Amino acid sequence: MNGYHFYWSMVWPSLPLMLAGAWVTIQLTFLAFIIGTLIALPMAVARQEGEGWAYRFATAWVELARNTPAVFQLFVFYFGFGALHINIPSYTAVLISVSFNNAGYMTEIFRGGLSAIPRQQLSAARSLGMNSLQGFLHVIFPQMFKVIFLAYITQGIWGMLNTSLGMLVGLQDLTGATQYAQSVSFRTFEFFIVAAGMYYLIAKGLQFSALVAFRLMYRS
Amino acid sequence: MQFQFAQQGLTWHDTYFLAEGLLNTIQLAASATAVGTIGGVVLGWVRTVSVTARVATTPIVDILRSVPMIIQLILANSFLSIMGFSTSPFIFGTVALGAWMSAVTAEVVRAGLLSVPSHYRKSARSLGMNRLQELVHISFPLAFRTALAPWINLVLSLIKDSALAGVIGYVEYMRATQTLITRTHETWILLLGAGLLYFIICYPVSKYSRRLERKIAV
Repeated sequence: MNGYHFYWSMVWPSLPLMLAGAWVTIQLTFLAFIIGTLIALPMAVARQEGEGWAYRFATAWVELARNTPAVFQLFVFYFGFGALHINIPSYTAVLISVSFNNAGYMTEIFRGGLSAIPRQQLSAARSLGMNSLQGFLHVIFPQMFKVIFLAYITQGIWGMLNTSLGMLVGLQDLTGATQYAQSVSFRTFEFFIVAAGMYYLIAKGLQFSALVAFRLMYRS
Repeated sequence: MQFQFAQQGLTWHDTYFLAEGLLNTIQLAASATAVGTIGGVVLGWVRTVSVTARVATTPIVDILRSVPMIIQLILANSFLSIMGFSTSPFIFGTVALGAWMSAVTAEVVRAGLLSVPSHYRKSARSLGMNRLQELVHISFPLAFRTALAPWINLVLSLIKDSALAGVIGYVEYMRATQTLITRTHETWILLLGAGLLYFIICYPVSKYSRRLERKIAV
């Protein structure tokens, strides 16, 4: 080991700082997940239409979000807008860019789910006296979520991994807080192993609670 | 004599710097793809062999998929340095991105191998092929068909993730862009250039892979 000694005791005093960072990560993950979903639902419907300005707008969003690195998207919102003297705080910049990314990927996931649902379902809902919005909310979307649930949750976890980019713009999320804490002693490996363990636990926690929620919502 | 800061604007010489960054991005993505694909095919095959092998390798795949790439890069950097292996950020990047790539490729390969109907394999064995021949001539070609489109998508994510290698000091395109932004303050031109470049690389390939998916689905 080239005489390297692991000093794990250096990590424990910084745990409160890292846990505070983990809380920021969890917040950002949830908010970006919800915002992404709210944007992606109408965009998926627009993509399903196949024509018109809404379709073109949604397509442009999806292709931009999916074909450029998440770092680039974050830098546009943080450094790019900063250069125009629109100063977005790092927390907001990470939230906007991860939501943007989530929305792009989720649109495609939702569109895949929508195409699995027969078109007559909406006509049936309309003929029962619902308007289109009610038809989508009460008839189409509940069925769609059942089809795409696993891909949807995986995207949520991807969103969580993307929030770690906050470190690059000085946000004290789990990665940023760890980076800050290790800069005192430069025990990089010890600190980041602990951070990696925390990310793993958060990911598994999200996955497990999402599965429980799924079971509760769709128990038959 | 008064000291003056050398406030330099963007010049044509900077395109050389950016081209170097682009070359570094391509090198890193290519080497990580090679390492990850070979590792992934082996790991994916191992994961279909027996339940024991699958359970034993699950933690590797699971952990590599649920820890952010930045942290994997930093860990690869510090761990390999501690072990005294190498000091080149290119190697660190290849190890971290290649490890991630092999974990995700393994799942794609496994899904591909599982999609080969078991009676195909049994027929091959009953024709007198041994397990290796059956794997090479029957299972892999059939698995390739289903695994190709998802694998292309993984390569695309790898190219996009390679933009993070700047964190450990590897000057790829995104890092080169950032350096020039710091010096010249020409934020939008450089940033949009970087976005456009990644878009030009990824968009046609993702279009192609989506067409491939549709063709195979039919």
